[in-house]
Amino acid sequence: MAALVRLETRLSRLREEYFLKNRSVDEDRKIVYKAAVKIQSWFRGCRVRAYLRYLNKMAISIQKWWRGYQSRRYFRKMIKTAYFIMKMNFYNEMAVRIQKRWRGYYVRKYTHNYYALKKYLEAISLNNEIVRNELQEYAEMNEKKKKKKDLEKKEKEKKYKARKMHYLLSTEQIAGIYNSPFRKFPDPMELLLRQSKPLSHRQQQPKSPFTYDLYDWPTCKRPPAFPTGEPLPPIGRQKPQGPFRDAAEVLRQRYKPLEPTLRVAASISSPLEKAREEMKREEWRKCIHDNEFLPFSSYHKNEKYELSIHASEKIGKETYGIKHFREVQPNKWIAGKIYLLHHCSSSFSLLIYILFEIHLFRGTVEVEFLYFLKMNCPTR
Amino acid sequence: MFEYTIFLCVILFFFIFQLFSTHEKMSRKTAVLQQCCPRANFISVEHLRFLQALITWKSVISLLRPLLLDVVPTIQQTAALALGRLAYFNDDLAEAVVKEDILPQLVCSLSEQNRFYKKAAAFVLRAVGKHSPQLAQAIVECGALEALVICLEDFDPGVKEGAAWALGYIARHNSELSQAVVDAGAVPLLVLCIQEPEIALKRIAASTLSDISKHSPELAQTVVDAGAIAYLAQMILNPDAKLKCQVLSALSQIAKHSVDLAELVVEAEIFPVVLTCMKDSDEYVKKNGATLIREIAKHSPELSQFIVNAGGVAAVIDCIGSCKGTVRLPGIMMLGYVAAHSENLSMAVIVSKGIPPLCTCLLEEHEDHIKAAAAWALGQIGRHTPEHARAVAETNVLGTLLSMYMDIRSSEDLQLKAKRALKNILQKCTYLPALEPLLHDAPPNIMKHIVGQFSKVLPHDSKARRLFVTSGGLKKVQEIKAEPGSLLQEYINTINNCYPEEVVRYYSPGYSEMLLERVENYQPVL
Repeated sequence: MAALVRLETRLSRLREEYFLKNRSVDEDRKIVYKAAVKIQSWFRGCRVRAYLRYLNKMAISIQKWWRGYQSRRYFRKMIKTAYFIMKMNFYNEMAVRIQKRWRGYYVRKYTHNYYALKKYLEAISLNNEIVRNELQEYAEMNEKKKKKKDLEKKEKEKKYKARKMHYLLSTEQIAGIYNSPFRKFPDPMELLLRQSKPLSHRQQQPKSPFTYDLYDWPTCKRPPAFPTGEPLPPIGRQKPQGPFRDAAEVLRQRYKPLEPTLRVAASISSPLEKAREEMKREEWRKCIHDNEFLPFSSYHKNEKYELSIHASEKIGKETYGIKHFREVQPNKWIAGKIYLLHHCSSSFSLLIYILFEIHLFRGTVEVEFLYFLKMNCPTR
Repeated sequence: MFEYTIFLCVILFFFIFQLFSTHEKMSRKTAVLQQCCPRANFISVEHLRFLQALITWKSVISLLRPLLLDVVPTIQQTAALALGRLAYFNDDLAEAVVKEDILPQLVCSLSEQNRFYKKAAAFVLRAVGKHSPQLAQAIVECGALEALVICLEDFDPGVKEGAAWALGYIARHNSELSQAVVDAGAVPLLVLCIQEPEIALKRIAASTLSDISKHSPELAQTVVDAGAIAYLAQMILNPDAKLKCQVLSALSQIAKHSVDLAELVVEAEIFPVVLTCMKDSDEYVKKNGATLIREIAKHSPELSQFIVNAGGVAAVIDCIGSCKGTVRLPGIMMLGYVAAHSENLSMAVIVSKGIPPLCTCLLEEHEDHIKAAAAWALGQIGRHTPEHARAVAETNVLGTLLSMYMDIRSSEDLQLKAKRALKNILQKCTYLPALEPLLHDAPPNIMKHIVGQFSKVLPHDSKARRLFVTSGGLKKVQEIKAEPGSLLQEYINTINNCYPEEVVRYYSPGYSEMLLERVENYQPVL
């Protein structure tokens, strides 16, 4: 217990001691911690920096080598291209030189020949000159023709006028108006009047309504004359041209009597022969049919008799026109026998009837003949 | 008795129309005369009123219709003629003729009646068909073409002529109508008509062929297939001017469509012969001849070359020089076409002295379209090489072209053509003396080309540099206000680089003020 008591007495001291001890430790702990951190950070810093320095160094050395390599490669390439360009320029220059020469030569030779062009242009101008001259000549010729025509027309008009005014001609006694006695020379008109023939009375030409109708119809400016009747066109009798022999000679030749030679005039055949010939010809001419007449009946034995058309009807022989000429109605007959004699008033019809009977009897019917007679028969 | 009255009535009609047509002629004349001297007055007011009344009185036509069916042939003919006159006079009356159903009747009787009636009927058809495509169509629908074609085979030249004329008036409207005429088989008969001895018939047939072939290559080909070219080509030398005129027109209408047709026309050996037409006394022959040459020349360089070799260019140039007005136009265009094909041909035009007549055309003519054609032709001549441009520029024509372009009164087309011609020539021109006057009054869009030419020439030519300064060109160039960075500014800079800086500064505007300013600011050294 004592111990306990001792302990208890020491407890407070102990507690004090313990407290103090802990306190001092607590008080130092922060400082120590901070110091440790500082030391550690310094050390770690040093280590990391050294590492980074190392890395940097390595990177630089890698980059250095890489860049060196790359730029060397680029440089080589650059030199190559520069050289190539230089070469190409040179080649181009040379090519241009060659092409220039060649093209110049080619164009001058084949496409653009300066001298040929010059010649061509000169030829054109020459040709133009010729064409111009020719055209000028043509125009002048035309002009001349026109002038001549005009002149002729004027002349004609003047002549016509002179003929029209021929009555103004001066006579021996009385001077005309163009022949003034106060002048030395008569007027040119007077001379013209002397030369010209007086105009005779104009005969009225029958105007054809078609002539001018034809000419000015397209414009239709004039009314067409009403055609009264078409006149015949004039017969184109023109005076024959050319040198001819004189008429008397021609006529003499035309009406000269025929003078045949003996040989031509005489006949070859004798007169007897000629007569025979003539007879033969006559006979031949008179012959009606070509069938020769053969006298022997044996020749006709095999010949078959051909009926006429009326007689050879299929249905049966028509009696009309053969046996009778009008409708036959036997039921109306008084007697059973045909007796037509009283029908025929004239002797002519009687004759026909008899003829008819005879023909019937003979069996040969000449129908045509009968018809003919019937038509011409004056009675019923 | 009744017939007599009708007869008289028709005669009366007839004289009215007679009067009518003379009045028509007179009124045309008076219209011209009244422009010249306003006091001239040939027609009294009553006459005019009477004419007006007659025109408005359309029932005339319905009155005439029964007369067409009259027993007396003379009355029929006269009635037909009266109808024709009326229809010819104006299109209202022509329409009235169509609406009255007179045409079928005419067509029916066209094949049956005598030649006088045929002529009159063909005249009616022509008079109706002349006014418009619709009326011509109405005629075609009546079946008139077949009847007319039969009339082409008639013995009487007058009938043939009338039929050919009517066919021509129908065919001239459009290609369908033309095709209808061709389908009716008119072309071979027309070709036969050309060969007839009557000049009038030849004329009309040629004009009809021309009307048919003008619409399309196919139609022209049918005309060619009928063998028309040989006969047409023969007639170029005919002394009759009007026939020549029609023949040339027909040939040009055939040749205008394609190279092949043009070659066919050339193969008919028209060439030295056609040039005589250029010297003809008749204006229209000249014009049509030039048109024919133009139509042939425009197709290909070979044909142009052929014409040049035949001396055609010289003839055309002479023709241009010798006449006035629209007659010149085809010739001018022909020169333009020939020059446009190649530089050699263009040179040939220059060598044939083609530029001076064109310049006179540009100066003398009053109508804008002729001026425009001349400007175009000059542009075509000058656009090939500096040589060509120089030849054009030496005649001082550039100034004229520029003034035409600047003139407000000239038409749009002329302005456009003048501008294009200027551009074409300027882009090749190295003849500086001709360019310098243009520097003073050219608008910016032209100035660009002028200054451009200077900038191309001056660096290589010391004499020209000197001249450029002494003539005041450099000063002019300095005065131009160009937008910085524009093409014009670039050209100006190129020119400025040809001269020492102080010279350029000396000629710049405001240099004297600058000097004076320097004088003011100068501190005197004491």
